[in-house]
Amino acid sequence: MTETKKTLFASGHRACPGCGVPIAVRSILNATGSNVVVVSSTGCLETFSSPIDLSSWEVPWIHSVFENAPTVATGVLEALNSKGNPNNTKVVAICGDGATNDIGFGALSGMLERGDDVLYICYDNEAYMNTGVQTSGATPYGATTTTSPSGEYSFGRDRTKKDLCRIALEHGVKYVATASISDLKDLERKVKKGLEVEGSAYIQVLTTCNIGWGFDSSRAVEVARLAVETGVFPIYEYENGELTNVKKLKEKKAAKEYLSCQKRYKHLFADEEKNKEHLDYIEQLTVQNVTKYGILASK
Amino acid sequence: MKLSIGGVCKAGESKNYHTGTWRTFKPVVDNDKCIKCGICERYCPDFCIDIKEDGCHVNLDYCKGCGICAHECPVKSITMEV
Amino acid sequence: MKERISVIEGSMAVAEAIRACNPGVISAYPISPQTHIVEYISDFVADGTYKGRFVRVDSEFSAASAVHGASAGGARAYTASSSQGLLLMCEVLYNSASTRLPIVYTGVNRTISAPISIQPDHQDTMALRDTGMIQIHVESLQEAYDAHIQAFRIAEDEDVLLPVMICMDGWTLTHAFEPVKRFSDKDVKEFVGEYKPVQFLNPKNPITYGAFADEDKLMEFKYLMVQAHEKAKEKIVEVASEYKEKFGHYDGGLIDEYRTEDAEIIVLAMGSVVSTVRAAVDELRESGKKVGLVKIRSFRPFPKEAIIKACKNAKLLAVIDKSLSLDVGGILVSDVKTTFYNEDKKPLIASFIAGIGGKEINRKVVKDIVADAEEIAQKGKVEKDSIFVNLNTQFI
Repeated sequence: MTETKKTLFASGHRACPGCGVPIAVRSILNATGSNVVVVSSTGCLETFSSPIDLSSWEVPWIHSVFENAPTVATGVLEALNSKGNPNNTKVVAICGDGATNDIGFGALSGMLERGDDVLYICYDNEAYMNTGVQTSGATPYGATTTTSPSGEYSFGRDRTKKDLCRIALEHGVKYVATASISDLKDLERKVKKGLEVEGSAYIQVLTTCNIGWGFDSSRAVEVARLAVETGVFPIYEYENGELTNVKKLKEKKAAKEYLSCQKRYKHLFADEEKNKEHLDYIEQLTVQNVTKYGILASK
Repeated sequence: MKLSIGGVCKAGESKNYHTGTWRTFKPVVDNDKCIKCGICERYCPDFCIDIKEDGCHVNLDYCKGCGICAHECPVKSITMEV
Repeated sequence: MKERISVIEGSMAVAEAIRACNPGVISAYPISPQTHIVEYISDFVADGTYKGRFVRVDSEFSAASAVHGASAGGARAYTASSSQGLLLMCEVLYNSASTRLPIVYTGVNRTISAPISIQPDHQDTMALRDTGMIQIHVESLQEAYDAHIQAFRIAEDEDVLLPVMICMDGWTLTHAFEPVKRFSDKDVKEFVGEYKPVQFLNPKNPITYGAFADEDKLMEFKYLMVQAHEKAKEKIVEVASEYKEKFGHYDGGLIDEYRTEDAEIIVLAMGSVVSTVRAAVDELRESGKKVGLVKIRSFRPFPKEAIIKACKNAKLLAVIDKSLSLDVGGILVSDVKTTFYNEDKKPLIASFIAGIGGKEINRKVVKDIVADAEEIAQKGKVEKDSIFVNLNTQFI
């Protein structure tokens, strides 16, 4: 066998070329170390990391079904607690945006309400990618998916992305943060912080999907960076309900710069005049983010 | 190979599956240009890149040829070739 | 052996058995008529007599998921539910069984809506028939107590490693009061033993649970479960014998036979109705009728060999079903028919759908069933696929 790098997530996984998820997962596990149990929902990550006898996980890992990772995590945690958890083993859930925003939402709310000592990380690629790019609650306004295509009577997804961080905060979750694969040091720091918190913590990390979003695989990190630089995906941290840290920008790029490089927004640019209201609205959402989180560095 | 109880399997065995066979383009490194910054290593989704003293090494057993390394390289020391 | 007999509620008998078996993790979500079980366990948490982890969750789906995680995490785990709750658990139950997690459940039998009703029948646990779990139906409060203790031994056996569901009729058993003989928690603990998982999620030996299989392996996994069910048949009998050795009475096994030796008509039934059938059989015997009873305890694995042995000399089997596969008929009777189909010597088999949605089955009803059965036996031919017992025709 060829010598492989020492990572807690092994090479040979079957993610599509240029997938953002394994980039995030390796960093997450760099931060957790090996004294952890990871729980995942059904989804891309589960599928590409766990064919029988070809598991990529170098840490104990469990997948049960699509919508129950938060409660399976609770069960694992309580099993540890029932024996006093002498080694202080941590429990981390890593789940997709469909599992988090939609089908597993009830279970996640239950876990956050109980305040179980689980770090829940949503890898957000903004649609059901594993089943072929269908709209989820995390799909942003104006994006096309296979279940919200554009057409004469449709401009793609007609609702805005569900703000799950807000919802987590409303549960009284002590640590809530966003991250992007374009800044892995930041992600690792946040994972460590989330683990330190007693009780539930929630991190949402933007993981680009070149297949579903429609861009060249080589641009996976660049597109994630653009999402941050345009204010589309703000990077922040809440501790005990207070906004304590924001990734500042010297200047905000126009949302258009991010949108126009992805096929999922291509229809909006086919007739810019006709879609002006949608393009303006998306820009307006990013401006709101900039104001709300104080993203612009003061000069 | 016998099936295990409940489909439980050993850690990290995906290393036995060489995803390099998926590749069309492969990264070719010009180590004279490489500044060993480690950006390509960090962003490689298949953990193929090792930065050693003599520069950047790519493990082609797993490289799927996505091209992130070449695209992110700040000194353009990596090119994607057939 | 310290034992005490007192009149307690069925739910208390279950709760006491569970406390004594000392699961590391119990999870629960309330639904009638399972509620008293989890309320009593909550009392044990509050008074410190149960020292494991008790997880209140947001749904039955989450209850099943929490014990799934707990069991994979290396803890003995238990939960209980009923009716709609069991259906909500269903997806996870398939998953837990195939992951070979030895979780113990109480399936408190209650009908399925619509119309919504909280009355007992067996439709709910029947919907879980093919999950892969072991299902054992109990007749009395004593048996409920004994069966729950035995359940952990069966589930956790290394040759079995399957979830076990103890099915008990809601209200009729959970809310009834009867004298129940119980043993000290210490003695029960000794019988059940410390839980030593064969594999679990452990950073010192990282393993992957819940991997996916392709077409070359999936059926093979199911076949391994079939083999485990075969093993479970032996284990269910073995554990009951060990239980008798330790505690002095036999309460377990695959089936119970009652006055079947020379019986021409044998009634087959599951759950609390068995007691009623037994009393009716006694009365019918007094009037000279050759009637017997076979109680099916283990519904999964299905005790084909034991049923053939007990019933092969009868003229007719009258199978009482408290559940229904629409158009086909009773679910238990279908299995009984399948059991005999390839046998050279087989009795007539008649299906009686009774007790659906809590419709009463008293001794008179049983005697009416037997009278119908005699008539069919005399004709020598079963003409109706199913007989719906006491159907209120004025409503139809």
